[in-house]
Amino acid sequence: MFIIGERINGMFKDVARAIKEKDKKFIQDLALKQIEKGANALDVNVGTAVDEPVSAMEWLVKTITEVTDVSLAIDTTKLNVMEKGLEFCKSKPIINSSSADEEKLNALIPLAKKYNASLIGLTISRKGIPSDANSRLELAINILTKWQENGMNIEDLYIDAVILPVKVAQAQCVEVLETIRQIKLLSQPPPKTILGLSNVSQGTKYRSLINRTYLAMAISAGLDTAILDPLDEELMKVIHTSEILLNKTVYCDSYLKGCKK
Amino acid sequence: MEKPIEKWLGKINELTIGATTQEGGTRRKVVKVGGENTLPFLHFEGKIINPPVVAIEVWDREPENWPETLKEEFKNCFKNPVDWAKKSVEEWGMDLICLRLFSTHPDAQDTSPKEAAKTVEEILKNVDIPLIITGSGYVQKDGEVMLEVAQVAKGENLLLGIAVQENYKTMVASCLSGGHSLIAETPIDLNLAKQLNILISDMGFPSERIVIHHATGGLGYGLEYTYSVIERTKLAGLGGDKMLSQPMINFVGQEAWRAKEAKVSEEEMPILGKQKERAIFWEAITAVAFLNAGTDILVMNHPKAIKLVKEAIKELMTV
Repeated sequence: MFIIGERINGMFKDVARAIKEKDKKFIQDLALKQIEKGANALDVNVGTAVDEPVSAMEWLVKTITEVTDVSLAIDTTKLNVMEKGLEFCKSKPIINSSSADEEKLNALIPLAKKYNASLIGLTISRKGIPSDANSRLELAINILTKWQENGMNIEDLYIDAVILPVKVAQAQCVEVLETIRQIKLLSQPPPKTILGLSNVSQGTKYRSLINRTYLAMAISAGLDTAILDPLDEELMKVIHTSEILLNKTVYCDSYLKGCKK
Repeated sequence: MEKPIEKWLGKINELTIGATTQEGGTRRKVVKVGGENTLPFLHFEGKIINPPVVAIEVWDREPENWPETLKEEFKNCFKNPVDWAKKSVEEWGMDLICLRLFSTHPDAQDTSPKEAAKTVEEILKNVDIPLIITGSGYVQKDGEVMLEVAQVAKGENLLLGIAVQENYKTMVASCLSGGHSLIAETPIDLNLAKQLNILISDMGFPSERIVIHHATGGLGYGLEYTYSVIERTKLAGLGGDKMLSQPMINFVGQEAWRAKEAKVSEEEMPILGKQKERAIFWEAITAVAFLNAGTDILVMNHPKAIKLVKEAIKELMTV
């Protein structure tokens, strides 16, 4: 499974402080720690509290690429912040994210082309988040069609079926699982599937437990990628164990140790 | 029809055996194995940057159980392994030797680790190609022998073995201190092979310096099962499993020459035909089966069988 570390996000207080005070060491340590624990790529989000998001993004990307060359997922809704982030990436970047709306895709796909980036497409439109699997799938098809019309490589497309907090929209959890299953049947090869996992446990009492239970279910449904907290050890164990149980990696008694090598 | 091309995430580790003077050793040239990102000889799918290699066995004592047809090739070699090694290079044009220190076995001559290390030193002085060195298979003694061997060969970047579950700690320590690579052996089982590799790398030994040995049977004696395990190991490695992306070694000669088909005389079983030719073919065919399964290093005995297999490799590597 491809893991995108979620921790470099200005919504976290410690990261917001580091961005504000230009605390390079804190950001770099956090980047390396996530990679050490199993992240294959890192999400980068400046948060909402900064006055100058464009320069903050530039600083963040430059700071991280000083110590690692893993891919970065530039996480913003603002086009100028996005482009600034992509400009300074050293490895193939990931655009996080576009909705299924045409004007959004029309703006972001050319950027993906220019910077040879992957794209995360959310099954959201200006009408909001669909309430069932079928409507989500419709939006997924829109994204996929637009992506292919532009001659983009299908392996560079991630579709996010958008999970909502179980506390707010309990019935949606199962709809998202069904969407993941269906996305894998859309084309050959299919687009990749992705989830911003932690959203499912937003505001709940047992966040880590809910995250890892849902992750196991989603992996079983066909989830390829997740944006999550790789510092959550129990969560990472669930990923490795799921891959064993789905016969994707070879079992041995010390498989948990082997994953870290 | 379209070729079903598989795009693999991972590749097999590339391993260098031997070190030249510039690299801190004394070898004339080195041998590289592994590094491929596709299954054996699928040149249309990926890149096979190094062909599989053949090493010839050199023993430090006379192999009593070898059939006469095999022994006669090495007539003047049994007194001194240095002669055997030199002949391998000069006469048979080998570029890799597998020195087997069978005399260290307590039931054989029980040669001391220090004496065994002396043999290694002598051979290193007299031939300038890389070596693979194994003990006698007596697990505990092998650890002691390799401690000495690793030291006299320090800097030569050799491939030592064989580490098993019971002795891997001493073997790893030897290889770490002498800067050598290590053969890790488990009994034809993918899961156990992965487990041993994890245990070894958990000691701080780089997984890129491990070579996997699936202890095996020869043609007619369980090869088909080993074949499948070798193939599955390669598939897991290509699929990105770092603990199964090591090159593999097989001791083909010892398996082939143990078989009835190689040993029995024509008089005993006329239906099998001439023993000498039959035995050479038995070893060569066993080797080719391993090549196709995915073995990177073949350890063999008979120079004529080796010649046949080297020709087969050349052909299989032709794109």
